Amino acid sequence: MSLLQLQSIRSFYGQIEALHDISLHVQQGEIVTLIGSNGAGKSTTLKAICGQVKTTGTILFEGNEIQSQPPHTIAELGIAHVPEGRRIFPGLTVKENLEMGAFQVKDKKQITERMERVFQYFPRVKERLSQKGGTMSGGEQQMLAIGRGLMMNPKILLLDEPSMGLAPVVVEQIFEIIQKLNQSGMTILLVEQNAYQALQIADRGYVIQTGSIALQDHADVLLGNEQIREAYLA
Amino acid sequence: MQEILSTLPQVLLDGLTLGAIYAVVALGYTMVYGILELINFAHGEIFMAGAFIGTALLFTFVDIGLALNWLTLILVLLLASLLTGVLGVGIERIAYRPLRKAPKLIPLISAVGISFILQDLVRFIAEYKTGNYIVTGQTVFENKIAIPAFSIGGYDVHASAIKSNTLVVIGIAVLIMIVLDIFVNRTKWGIAMRAVAQDRDTAALMGINVNKVIALTFFIGSAIGGATGVLYAQQYATINPFIGFILGLKAFTAAVLGGIGNIRGAMFGGLLIGLLEVFAAANLGILTGGALGAEYKDVFAFIILILVLIFKPAGLFGQAVKEKV
Ligand SMILES: Nc1ncnc2c1ncn2[C@@H]1O[C@H](COP(=O)(O)OP(=O)(O)O)[C@@H](O)[C@H]1O
Ligand SMILES: [Mg+2]
Repeated sequence: MSLLQLQSIRSFYGQIEALHDISLHVQQGEIVTLIGSNGAGKSTTLKAICGQVKTTGTILFEGNEIQSQPPHTIAELGIAHVPEGRRIFPGLTVKENLEMGAFQVKDKKQITERMERVFQYFPRVKERLSQKGGTMSGGEQQMLAIGRGLMMNPKILLLDEPSMGLAPVVVEQIFEIIQKLNQSGMTILLVEQNAYQALQIADRGYVIQTGSIALQDHADVLLGNEQIREAYLA
Repeated sequence: MQEILSTLPQVLLDGLTLGAIYAVVALGYTMVYGILELINFAHGEIFMAGAFIGTALLFTFVDIGLALNWLTLILVLLLASLLTGVLGVGIERIAYRPLRKAPKLIPLISAVGISFILQDLVRFIAEYKTGNYIVTGQTVFENKIAIPAFSIGGYDVHASAIKSNTLVVIGIAVLIMIVLDIFVNRTKWGIAMRAVAQDRDTAALMGINVNKVIALTFFIGSAIGGATGVLYAQQYATINPFIGFILGLKAFTAAVLGGIGNIRGAMFGGLLIGLLEVFAAANLGILTGGALGAEYKDVFAFIILILVLIFKPAGLFGQAVKEKV
């Protein structure tokens, strides 16, 4: 059984159908990447999983249908979505941002433990705890956004273009951390335009084109595919 | 100068009292605006409803032979807060939530409609019960505290007398503001409230039930607005179903002055408008050599508002809460 499975998903913005018949799955422990050009429907796919966009079809998480649940309930089930553009709460301090990730947790000790774990991955975040989220650099915000997602102690992490707008060195760091997280057991669905780097750390990949899955295969196969090379890796 | 100084203690106290009332009502506007970008026009009427509920409760207490003292007042404040809090939540649920995705003007119209409904409803009940919609209620603290005349730096300051209720109003309003400030800045639900105000969709992704947070915001804003209505009725004795309109407008102005969406800004704006208004009422005649009388006090306060907005369009403490990335 897959941890997460999308079956024939269609999503709509008003009358406009942005996703047509998307099916994909993520197994426990995998990094799966969803690549495609701007406007292809990558973010919409993640929004469909999280109940943020009107969707038909079936979404199974741990075997249970979740497609009719509101976003906060889906989060509670163990799906952490680190949205495109990081979406840090700008007026909240770094610490408050992290605390919001653990909103569902009542036990103070558990919150502290989770925070310590985030600091292991992102020591920089620890140095900035009392700073306002909005005053941090793009790279730091991305680290905080992933850290905030980890505070949910999720079963799967959905990352929407974590490399967007970041300097190559920083992108390198972020991808290293994603890999480290996966090695420690985290299942990851990684949305990227940066196809080359995403495929390098992924187990499998899906290529999305104008709302439909055009190709799917093991990451190394996709990396060697001529079409992909021309379209996304040039 | 001598004339202005001589009445200053009285002006300051009256200004602080009125300002404290504006400030707490302004909090309700600013909290709801911060979270929904909605000007909750019905908030003035919630304040008014609080004043009537408090008055009705006190009449009932007298009828059943309860003594009126600080304990009864606290009981009345709590009950009126609870009822107006529930009223606010109900209004959000019925009149605003179904319109949340509609253009901003639509819920605003809905809010104006709720205002009229509440005014007429209270008017109907008041006339039905008392035969008149203007009601003079029971005052819990009737005694006055005398402040003797004194002089500073060669200026004589007149003796003044303040109602002991003045201290009650200022004391409770300040207490409400302190507790709210701690709630918003230090508690999990308070932080969630700010998170939802800044980015509702992302807050939901964190597992925050956004509707619950919005309902909580309405509950708190309305409850403290209702409590302020009780204090108002105690301070000024006579109330009518339309007191929420002008007072709401001024409280809203205070919220804008402080930077709408900003909680500390609303507190400061309320106190400032209250002080300016009372100062103008007492001294406009003196300052203008008799050309303008006390009735121009509102113009004075609004000119200050306009001047502030010209130089600081976001208000005195604007965008401290609502920063966009
Ligand atoms: N809020 C929205 N309202 C209307 N259309 C949208 C909205 N968000 C995205 N779209 C449209 O849906 C399609 C897919 O967008 P998106 O999922 O954001 O693409 P990607 O993340 O792959 O760049 C695009 O055509 C885009 O214009
Ligand atoms: Mg996108």
